[in-house]
Amino acid sequence: MYEHLETASNPETLRRVAVDPVSRVEGHGKVTLLLDENNKVQQARLHIVEFRGFERFIQGRPYWELPVMVQRLCGICPVSHHLAAAKAIDQLVGIDPENLPVTADKLRRLLHFGQVLQSHALHFFHLSSPDLLFGFESEINKRHIFAVLEQYPDIALQGVKLRKYGQEVIRMISGKRIHGSGAIAGGMNKALTKAERDYLLADIAQIIVWAEDSVELIKKVHCANLPYYDDFASIRSNYLGLTQANGALELYHGGLRAKTAQGDMILDQFDYCHYNTIIHEQVRSWTYMKFPYLLSLGPDDGWYRVGPLARVNNCDFIDTPLAEAQRLVFKAHSPEAMVHSTLAFHWARLIELLHCSESIKQLLLDPDILGLDLVAQGEQRFEGIGVIEAPRGTLFHHYQVDENNIVTKANLIVSTTSNNMAMNESVRQVAAEYLSGQELTEALLNNLEVAIRAYDPCLSCATHAMGKMPLQLELLDAQGRLVDQLVKHSNGEIQQFSC
Amino acid sequence: MANKIRIATTSLAGCFGCHMSFLDLDERLLPLAELVEFDRSPLTDIEHCNPCDIGLIEGGVCNSENVHTLREFRKNCKTLVAVGACAINGGLPALRNFIPLERCLAESYLDGIGVENPQIPSDPELPLLLDKVRPLHEIVKIDYFLPGCPPSADVFWAFLSALLEGREPVLPYELVHYD
Ligand code: SF4
Repeated sequence: MYEHLETASNPETLRRVAVDPVSRVEGHGKVTLLLDENNKVQQARLHIVEFRGFERFIQGRPYWELPVMVQRLCGICPVSHHLAAAKAIDQLVGIDPENLPVTADKLRRLLHFGQVLQSHALHFFHLSSPDLLFGFESEINKRHIFAVLEQYPDIALQGVKLRKYGQEVIRMISGKRIHGSGAIAGGMNKALTKAERDYLLADIAQIIVWAEDSVELIKKVHCANLPYYDDFASIRSNYLGLTQANGALELYHGGLRAKTAQGDMILDQFDYCHYNTIIHEQVRSWTYMKFPYLLSLGPDDGWYRVGPLARVNNCDFIDTPLAEAQRLVFKAHSPEAMVHSTLAFHWARLIELLHCSESIKQLLLDPDILGLDLVAQGEQRFEGIGVIEAPRGTLFHHYQVDENNIVTKANLIVSTTSNNMAMNESVRQVAAEYLSGQELTEALLNNLEVAIRAYDPCLSCATHAMGKMPLQLELLDAQGRLVDQLVKHSNGEIQQFSC
Repeated sequence: MANKIRIATTSLAGCFGCHMSFLDLDERLLPLAELVEFDRSPLTDIEHCNPCDIGLIEGGVCNSENVHTLREFRKNCKTLVAVGACAINGGLPALRNFIPLERCLAESYLDGIGVENPQIPSDPELPLLLDKVRPLHEIVKIDYFLPGCPPSADVFWAFLSALLEGREPVLPYELVHYD
């Protein structure tokens, strides 16, 4: 482990190197390294540098605004925020998940499968495929989706169409591809018409084939580069996520399960309404993103990973046949009970993408999906907690309201926050194993970014803000004087300014 | 290649939704890629804005770094466009303008549920937060405003087609949405 690289004991004597920003991720983060005179890394940190303050400014608003407000945390997984908030406000009108009308429950699941499908396609094809297809240290002017469209038009176009399909599922149910409205307290606001159902059914067989192709693709890339893909940025961690009561993979509703790096159960089918008795968050001065951990294991050992790798590792099986077959291959490739390879996040993500497309088909063929009983109501309550498996992992929404239905308290733990310690640990691993002691090059920078990108971090969710800075790398001496600077230019040239 | 239109994009205090809506052009991205090339953007690894024909900016301005980025775009882009509600009027994040900034920070880092070693992050690596979230046009001159949260892919298509053909862009009534 590399915790010793979180804080150097003698920072004033070290040189600072900044990678600012991390690119092709959602949101704004930067990495800083502190190096000694031999270029040995003494400190490495991933900083999240922006802050929006949603938890405060939604106070004072009526609860029914929450699903449409909080989805504006993130334009990539808006549906996950929309539904986590909806699950929480269901409780405010006295409806627990098992009391939701069957059609409303299935429409929400369909909506969420569309969300996870489009987000996973976006992350793999639009953001990460240039690294995986061209190489981590390939030319900068190739590292974007348009270059993939040019060189591998079939692959890129499949990615574009997979994402499009997920977006269309969302549009049919919520009226808009991004920031629509579908879920309301106790149910859904609109039924799915037969015409809409048939429109989605028309393409689903093709989507499943393309989803299978994409799993085959990542499997080929991963296995062709062993052991590198298993070692790069990899760390042994605990894993957390929801599973169904029978242990199956779950994305919409279930109990919390956590396992150790050895695969031993820490907790299972834990009721997420008591999440704050098992998870606390630590604050560090150098980043706006907090550090959650499992109380029972303590802050040093209790941090964990969430997201596709955690879910596929944690579950006992996947309840759709094609994805289950792929899960077995995935698990078999590792000699250990749990797959710890950070780059295997991509592989697990595409297995989930396949699972989503299979599940969408099942739901579209289910007669309940066209039902008209959409809303239920019970006794008013004053506290609601909604937890969902967003594309990037377990997402917690927790609200309290007063007797006038005005929000008085809010707590959000977004998926990327749960991976904060793990991303920092992966950055430290890459810094220590692949960069330490070397000369600075632009290609080395991208290695750090590849490690972070594997987690598909949504820094937008995590900080509720985003932005970008020029990609430049500065080397300062102990007095803070600039001694060396690298700048990436649009033509891919890297310019070095030595001072 | 040489006479392609050059476009830069960035997201300030936004949610990435406007960028996602741009990607909702789907297959239309292919003909677009024939006509334009991308400079600095969250989709490329070029992050130093070079001279460009069009700059598209989503999100309002919430910290010192956003101001810096916005000015860099204004300097380099012949035509600068405020994309979406956040860029035009601050959008949802501007709800924090009614609350003192310290209260917002305290809620997340001091008084939050399950928060340990409470402190307000204050490292010099973190850019200074502005007291209010501001729309782009309060800081630099903006040439066009695309309404919507987010503007739909059809809005991007209509707008960019007009600019590429040298016409003054006009959005048909049915494309003008504010949600
Ligand atoms: S306008 Fe809407 S979609 Fe665009 S950045 Fe703001 S909240 Fe996101």
